Amino acid sequence: MSATSVIELDGVLLVTIQGELTDHDAIALQQDLTTQVAERGARGVLINISALEIVDSFLARTLHEIAGVTSLLAAETVVVGMRPEVAITLVELGLTLNGLRTALSVSDGLSMFGGASIARRAEGA
Amino acid sequence: MTLTAQPVREELAEFLRARWQDIVRAWSAAAVFGHADPADTEDECAELLTGVAQAIREGAEGDPADEGFSAARSVFGPLVAGVAAGQGGRPDVAALKAPLLRLWSEHDKPADMAADGAVALSTVVDTLRLLLLEMELESSAETIRSQREQLTELSTPVIKLWDGVLAIPLIGTLDSMRSQAATENLLEQIVAQQARVAILDITGVPAVDTMVAQHLLKTAMAARLMGAECIISGIRPQIAQTMVQLGIDLGELATRASLADALGYALHETGMAVVADQHR
Amino acid sequence: MTTVPTVREVPIRAEIGIVQVRQAVREVAVSVGFSLVDQTKLVTAASELARNTLKHGGGGVAEIELEQRVGSTALRLRFHDKGPGIGDVELALRDGYSSAGGLGLGLSGARRLADEFDLETARGEGTTVTVTFVAAGPAAR
Repeated sequence: MSATSVIELDGVLLVTIQGELTDHDAIALQQDLTTQVAERGARGVLINISALEIVDSFLARTLHEIAGVTSLLAAETVVVGMRPEVAITLVELGLTLNGLRTALSVSDGLSMFGGASIARRAEGA
Repeated sequence: MTLTAQPVREELAEFLRARWQDIVRAWSAAAVFGHADPADTEDECAELLTGVAQAIREGAEGDPADEGFSAARSVFGPLVAGVAAGQGGRPDVAALKAPLLRLWSEHDKPADMAADGAVALSTVVDTLRLLLLEMELESSAETIRSQREQLTELSTPVIKLWDGVLAIPLIGTLDSMRSQAATENLLEQIVAQQARVAILDITGVPAVDTMVAQHLLKTAMAARLMGAECIISGIRPQIAQTMVQLGIDLGELATRASLADALGYALHETGMAVVADQHR
Repeated sequence: MTTVPTVREVPIRAEIGIVQVRQAVREVAVSVGFSLVDQTKLVTAASELARNTLKHGGGGVAEIELEQRVGSTALRLRFHDKGPGIGDVELALRDGYSSAGGLGLGLSGARRLADEFDLETARGEGTTVTVTFVAAGPAAR
């Protein structure tokens, strides 16, 4: 698929989706992310979709499911950087993705996880 | 598409040739085209008549799309533009019919052609009227369209109230074109200015019906998908009343009575606080 | 109205076909001057319908046509398949109805995005879905 790399930042998995995604790519991403959340014990997932020119119902459902699965694994998913035209189209399509957390930018998204890493350190001590 | 037989058309062509000058003079006198210089008027009448003769020759007197009527188009063009600009009245093309028919009745022709010829000449003037009407409609549709575009641009300014706080004052009746433009404009600015809160102020909206409410909700949902929050402000008491009566539900959308209240809420949401300066 | 013959034809035989339909639709939409929002709606509707053609129709073809109208240009997308057809059209068009485990917004969503929508289907003979988008604005004139 198009280059999608997962990097870890202070317990948060950061994924940037680039280029055209086939349905297969989307499913692979979902599996990859959920596996990594479990393995690394991540506290959050940040999916940057600012490069995506469209999000159709399949990809929207996948994003929603990723959020659902990671929350069961105690990691919150935030989708960041959705373009205006994509947002307008999703709303027209009837997809409002209720319950999905969103942010304008990666830094905004990261700030939503706050200083939890300190808290975790304290917990571990 | 013609019902006029070939011999009648030939007779008409002969008539137009023979009485050319008379027709041009009679048409000029009918004062359809208000030119200051009579020579200009005669030129235009002659141009019009050339086209009319061509249309009749081709048996196309009833077809405004015929090549013969292109001369009429170029003659009418400036007239229509003048009327649209508020200069001069509507040209009365029907006034061309009477002199034409009078001259035809005086024309020496086989008796059985009189009626058919008159019908053809009458048709050609009717077609001219139709053509003028079409051109006027096109012109006003064009005017309306361009005014709408101007209005759309004018009516949707996005204002930055604070770092990360935008406001869009919605004014007047929101049709779908204007409300779409407002939404697109706002969402683009949300990205450009990384605004976490956007205030949709409807103080200037005379009535909130289901369409407007639907639009506000859709805008808020799109903003939320992008990671921003929308607040509706400026809901006047009587509008709130009608909204409740109409059963309009803005769901979880935050609403405030005034823009000032909305700004206070927005600042709070973005982690800001306005405090009195102790040193003054 | 004059219909310009099909400007593009894209086969949908595998998942990559969905991506190819999206790209082809984007190119044509850009070439006739659709706004960014309209382009996005067009490509999204195309993606939904191409997926339906693949998953429910067992594959097929997407045709992209342009039609010159008075003062505007219309872009028409036609998706053909020779699949089983749709048994209950009303049900298939309902929000949230899905036979493929999706969100069930493929058909109904595409209908909402488009300016015009048409569906022809017959049991055992396949389905043709047509959506039309009209470009508004200066480029259309």
